[in-house]
Order: sequence, then structure tokens, then C-alpha cells
Amino acid sequence: MAEQIKVIVFALGNEEYGIDVDKVRTIERMMPITRVPKTYSFIKGVINLRGVVIPVIDLRGRFNLEETEYNDQTRIIIVAVGEMEVGFIVDAANDVVDLDRDSIDSPPEVVGGVKAKYLDGVAKVGDDRLLIMLNLAEVLNRGEVAHLEQLED
Amino acid sequence: MDMNQYLSMFIDESNDHLQSLNEKMLELEGSPEDIGIVQVIFRSAHTLKGMAATMGFEDLAALTHQMENVLDLVRNDKLKMQNFIFDTLFKSLDALEAMVQDITQGGEGKADVSSIVAALQAIVRGEVPSGEAGGASAEAAASPAASGPAVSKEQVQLDEFQYSILEQSLAAGHRVLYIEVSIREDCQLKAARAYMVFDLLERSGEVVKSHPTVQEIEQEKFDRSFSLYFITEKDPQELRTMILNLSEIEEAKLVPVDSDTLTQLAAKSEAEASETAPAAETSAELPAADQTAASAGDKEKQPAAAKKIVAAPSRTIRVDIERLDVLMNLFSELLIDRVRLEQLATEIKSQELTESVEHMGRVSSDLQNIVMKLRMVAIDTVFNRFPRMVRDLAKSLGKKLDLVITGAETELDRTVIDEIGDPLVHLLRNSVDHGIESIAERIAAGKPETGTVNLRAFHSGNHVFIEIQDDGKGIDRNKILASAIKKGVVTEEESRTMTDEQVYQLLFAAGFSTAEKISDISGRGVGLDVVKSKIASLGGHVTVTSTLGEGTLFSVQLPLTLSIISAMMIRLGSEKYAIPLSSIVETGIIRKEQVRNVHGSKLIPYRDAHIPLMSLSRFFDAPDYSEDDEEETEIVVIRKGDRLAALAIDSFIGQNEVVIKNLGKYLPQVRGISGATILGDGQVALILDPNALIK
Repeated sequence: MAEQIKVIVFALGNEEYGIDVDKVRTIERMMPITRVPKTYSFIKGVINLRGVVIPVIDLRGRFNLEETEYNDQTRIIIVAVGEMEVGFIVDAANDVVDLDRDSIDSPPEVVGGVKAKYLDGVAKVGDDRLLIMLNLAEVLNRGEVAHLEQLED
Repeated sequence: MDMNQYLSMFIDESNDHLQSLNEKMLELEGSPEDIGIVQVIFRSAHTLKGMAATMGFEDLAALTHQMENVLDLVRNDKLKMQNFIFDTLFKSLDALEAMVQDITQGGEGKADVSSIVAALQAIVRGEVPSGEAGGASAEAAASPAASGPAVSKEQVQLDEFQYSILEQSLAAGHRVLYIEVSIREDCQLKAARAYMVFDLLERSGEVVKSHPTVQEIEQEKFDRSFSLYFITEKDPQELRTMILNLSEIEEAKLVPVDSDTLTQLAAKSEAEASETAPAAETSAELPAADQTAASAGDKEKQPAAAKKIVAAPSRTIRVDIERLDVLMNLFSELLIDRVRLEQLATEIKSQELTESVEHMGRVSSDLQNIVMKLRMVAIDTVFNRFPRMVRDLAKSLGKKLDLVITGAETELDRTVIDEIGDPLVHLLRNSVDHGIESIAERIAAGKPETGTVNLRAFHSGNHVFIEIQDDGKGIDRNKILASAIKKGVVTEEESRTMTDEQVYQLLFAAGFSTAEKISDISGRGVGLDVVKSKIASLGGHVTVTSTLGEGTLFSVQLPLTLSIISAMMIRLGSEKYAIPLSSIVETGIIRKEQVRNVHGSKLIPYRDAHIPLMSLSRFFDAPDYSEDDEEETEIVVIRKGDRLAALAIDSFIGQNEVVIKNLGKYLPQVRGISGATILGDGQVALILDPNALIK
């Protein structure tokens, strides 16, 4: 028996991405973000989520994609990994799908400009939908961020 | 019966009682003659016994019962407190604590307490004096007789002291009443009912004397009724109604006593006293009411009874910390809605709506203050177990020392309080074990026999400091270095250039210990490294300063995470920041021409000196503000130690109490920012770290 998982689907550019629903705390509309100076450009700042201060990162920026203006489709997906809670700014989030874990294939080297290490795999949904599963631990890996920063310097 | 819902209450209250028992025992050890303290201890033990018995924890009840027996003798002056009695009682407390601990972890609360029980019983048997010194054998004999359960008639015996109290009260215009209360026959908890009567009476006056005594009544050593002399201002009829309003009270007789009856009674009593003194046992059977000689025990109880009225119980409830968190978060949401309402009210321009929203605003800011303060706990809850611990340690090490606690009222966030206990225990043990010398060493060094360990807590700036300072032998730099070199922690080369502070920090290295002989308290090289990592995980750090031969100071600096500070809210264009008030010296305005450029940095005159002017907007890359194009700029003068600097800002918003929140685990340390806070409008504002701004 293949394991069934529920996945939150969100969009970045033309691609659709998936995050295991267990990792997602809530999905919020765009809200005022307080800028935090002297940090990476993709960290947009912090928000107040029901009394908890949570850092928000622009996933486009994190994946070195071109950042766009936020509109009323823009969502903040609050994910929790370990003790970390982080908000992801994404273009849209409007679907939940059931997946067989078996249907997730290992990712090709580069998907939509996103490095393979940030990805868990690619899942096929229905006939012509490809869902890119995010490897949250890598996306939130700060050591890697620091390394990135050094390269840029 | 389902006891589960009572269990947690039982555990909480037992812990409270054990804590107070410990404290009072220590107090008593300091002044063994104070019967008042014994009374308090007795009451605590008694309540504990009752609760344990109700919950079915037999061993717990049995042990407390034995303790009670010993204490009973002490408070009745038949037993002098001595060191071995203290030790046995402390041991009993430890056993009780272990049992309660066991119950907390879901156990049965069973423990083998036979040896302690035997020891307690031995004290009771061996130490009952056959007669007090000074030929008061009759008095000593009178007490057991009076405490016998069979009292044929209700009667109250007054002694001279009590007569004089009554006389004085009458002279002062108070009412003196003789009250007899009988409890219904089918009453299950006579003692409880009687207690309620006493409680009621003590609220409206003073009980001078009761028969049977308060203690006997508490132990249900009375039949169905009891009587007492009572001083009050209240109307007898009113009192009677009040007493009868208590449930299961059958009848209350109130007889006013005037000065004539009193003198009569006194005269009779004197005569009676001289007659009956040699055989006071018979006094209990004397028919005439209200008179006879008083026993020595009663005299002792008098001041204690008076004391009981003074001690009002603190009125608190216990709340799960998670509920507070939920409350706090819900409240923040409410604030967001409030701001929306305010906006709507302005748009609609409805006077009434605006007014009620304004009122809501005031109420919610009061509410905010309360919610914020709820999470703060005085560090006393951590400190209060230390005196006992230090006492035991000192005793087992054969040292003499005083623990002086200051600043126990310093408030810390609950989460920090929960974590800080263990590290402090380690540090204290370290001070007692390694810091304070043995008595012989101290005398040889010309110090007083008794060592002192100071435990201090205080707020300073954004931090809470907890200091542990001993006047012991201090840290021997060479000894540490020798040990460190031997263990290969540092090389000999390195050791020469190390500062004292660096050397002391070696103490916190894992697996490092300088104790020549290993004690079971500390000295196994575990402990201090754990302390360091624990404190580091709380975002704080430990520093050590020491003078050889004079003592050592461990200073633990903890951030006020999640706690509340006063801050000045400022604006930089569209952004808002909070500057901790504790580091602000003053605020002001400077004109452009006052700013001087020296070596590429800006200076402004301040008092008699020049201080650097920093551009906060440049430091934080503010997107929509720069002070460069302003003729006059608001400044905040901040301080770090004795260094000052001025920050150029856009404008002031005002002073506010803010809750410090961290920026979340994901964000790396941001220079110049110590945390964030949520403003009244639900937005996040960053809190400046002035220490990072002044280099």
C-alpha cells in the first residue's frame, strides 16, 4: 500500500509546488510586513501572526527568481519545520491534492530555475499537472544561506 | 470516586505546604524558641495530613502524623527543639517531598518511612519531660488531662493573663461574650464546622480563650460543643445569627460578660487555683463554669492564636501557562480589530461610534497591561528552595554559612524561570563546595567562621542579572592552568598570555574539574559546563570574577526575552522602532550647524563634551527617510556603560510598555536589533539594541 499524503499546492511563476500539509500551519493573505534591516534581501521582514512574530521570506527571492509585485492573489504560507516557523510569500495558493508517495519521482537537476537540492521530487497529478515537492529543511537551511552570501560578496 | 480532578490540586497544594514547611523550619532553626513558628508549621503539617488522608495516601498521612506529634510536644513546651530533632524533621520533609514527587509522576506515593517514623516516635517517647524545671510538675500534668477526649461539661478556664485582657477590653468599651456553640449530631466534619465558626469569629473580633483549645478542636478532640470567650464590637444577636447561618450548627448561646462577673470569676479562680494547683488533673471535672487555674500550655498558646489572625492567606489561582499564551495571542488579534474599528469610525464620522471605540481602546490598553504582566513571575519561586538546599549542603560539608538573598521580587518571564533553576543550583553548590573554605581554613585565614554566599537578582537595562558571590577562597589561576595543561585543554605557551577572565572561563569547559578530592556535591567536572550551555540556550551568559583569598562572583546575565520593557517609540519615515528607555539618557533637537565633521565622523556638542552622532536611517537603510535634508533633527542620546552617542531620528511617537518577542528562529542575529514587539495596531516594530550601536 502506497502512503497517501495531502499536499498544499502553490504557484511560483508558471510552476506549481507542493508542501506536505502537515508542515503547513496556516495560509494568510498578504499583510503588513515590518522590514528587518541588515539581512538577506529575500527576507522580507517579520509579521505578527496572532501574537507571534514570524519572519517572512520571498520564495522567489530565495530561489533566485525574479521578484514580482504582490497582488491580491499573493499568499503567505506559514510552515513549521522543527522549532522554526517561517512564512513563504508565494504567487498564489489555492489547492489541496492527495498524492501517493510512490508517485513522487526524484527531481531533475534544475526545475524552473530552482536547484535540485531544494526539491524532494516531482509528482504527477492527474494527466498533465506536475507538482514540485519542496524540501523544506534545505530551503530553510541557514548554513547554506550564509554560504550563498559569501559567494555573492 | 474519581480523584483525578483533585489530584493536581492536591499536588500543587502539597508542594506549597512542603515549601512553607521548609521555610518555616529554617526560620525556626534560627530562632528555636519561637512557638509562633511552630504553630505555623503544625498547621501546615496538619493540613497536609488531612489532604493526604483524604486522597488515600496512607504513608504520607502516617508520616505527617508522626511529625505532628513531635511538633505538638514542641508547641506545648514539652519538648525543646534541638539539632537532632531538626535533622529528623528535615529528613521527614525530604521523604514527604519524595512521596509527593512520586505521586506527581503517577506513582502511589508509597515509600518506606518506617525508620523516620521510628525516629520521630523515639523523639516523642524519649523527650517528654516528666516535669518542667521550677517545680511546675502540676502544670505539666494538667495538659495531658485537658487534652483527654472525655470532657464532661463545657467550660472555659481563664488564667490571669486572659482575665487582664478581658478586663482591659471591657474598660476600652469592647464587648466580652461568653459563647457556647453546639454542632449538630449528624455532622461529619465537626472540626471543619468548628473551624468555620472560629474563622467567622476571628473576622469580627478576637477569641481570647476556648475550651477545648483550638488545637484540640482542630483534631476533633471535642464532643459536640465548645465554648469560648470572645472580644468584639459586634452586636451579640447579629453574631448569633451569623454563627447559626453556618451549616450544621445546632445552637449558639451568647452571654455578655460585664466587669462585675469578671472580677467575681477572677476572685473565685484565684482561690480555686491555690486549692487545685497540687492536683490540677481534677480541674477538668470541676463543676463551676468559667473558672479555674490555667495550665502553662494555655499561656503559650495565647500569643500564637493572636498571630494567626494576622496571617491572611494569599489569594491566587493557578493557571496553565499555555492558556496565558493563548490569551495573549487572542488579545493581539483583538487589538488588530480595534484599530480597524477605529479606522471605520473615522470614515463613517459617527460621533457615537467614535466614542465607544475610544472607550474600547482605553479598556483594551488596560487589559493589555494586565495580560502582559500575567506572564511575569518573581524569581522568588526559584530562590525559595535554595536556603534549605544550602543549609543541607553546608551541614554535610561541615561548613558554616549564611545565604543572603536579595532581589527575590525581581520579575522574569515564566519560561526563563522554569529553566534557570538547575543552573543556579549548580552554581550555588559550586560556591558552597569549592568557594567557601572549611571552618578551620577560614579561621586560619582570619575570616569569620561563617561564610557568606550572596544571591542577588536585579534588572539592568535589557537584562536580568543573577549573581552568586561568596567570600571564600577565590579561584587560583595557577591551579586551573596547571590542571588545564595536564588535561591538554591549553598549552603552556597559551597559558602565559591568557587573561584572568579567559582562565576562569576554562572552568566551564566540559570535563574540567579542579577539586582535589571528589565530593558527591560537585567536583566531577560535570556541572559548570552544563550551566554554561543551559544559560547560553536561554540567550544569556556567565562571567566570573574572583580575587584570590577574598571570594568569587558568578554573574549570570539573562535577556529579558518575552518580558516587558519601557521603550521610547520612534519613527524613521514610515517605519517604527522601539528604543529601550533604560539606555536612553535624554532626547533633544539639534540644528544642522551644530553638527561638526571630524575625521569623517559627525560629532555634536553635548553638555561639556562632544559625542558622536549616528544616522539611524543610514544604519538601517531606511527607505523613505534621511535626516540630511532637515534643518533640525530630533536626537536620542543613548548610553552604553560610560559611553554616549546620539542617534538622529525622524520623530518621537511616545513612551510605551512593550513585550519583547524574538524574531523567530530562522532569522540570524541582526546587528542593532535585539527583538521585536507588537504594537497596539497589530504591527510589528523592531526593538533597537543600543549596545550594538555604540562600538
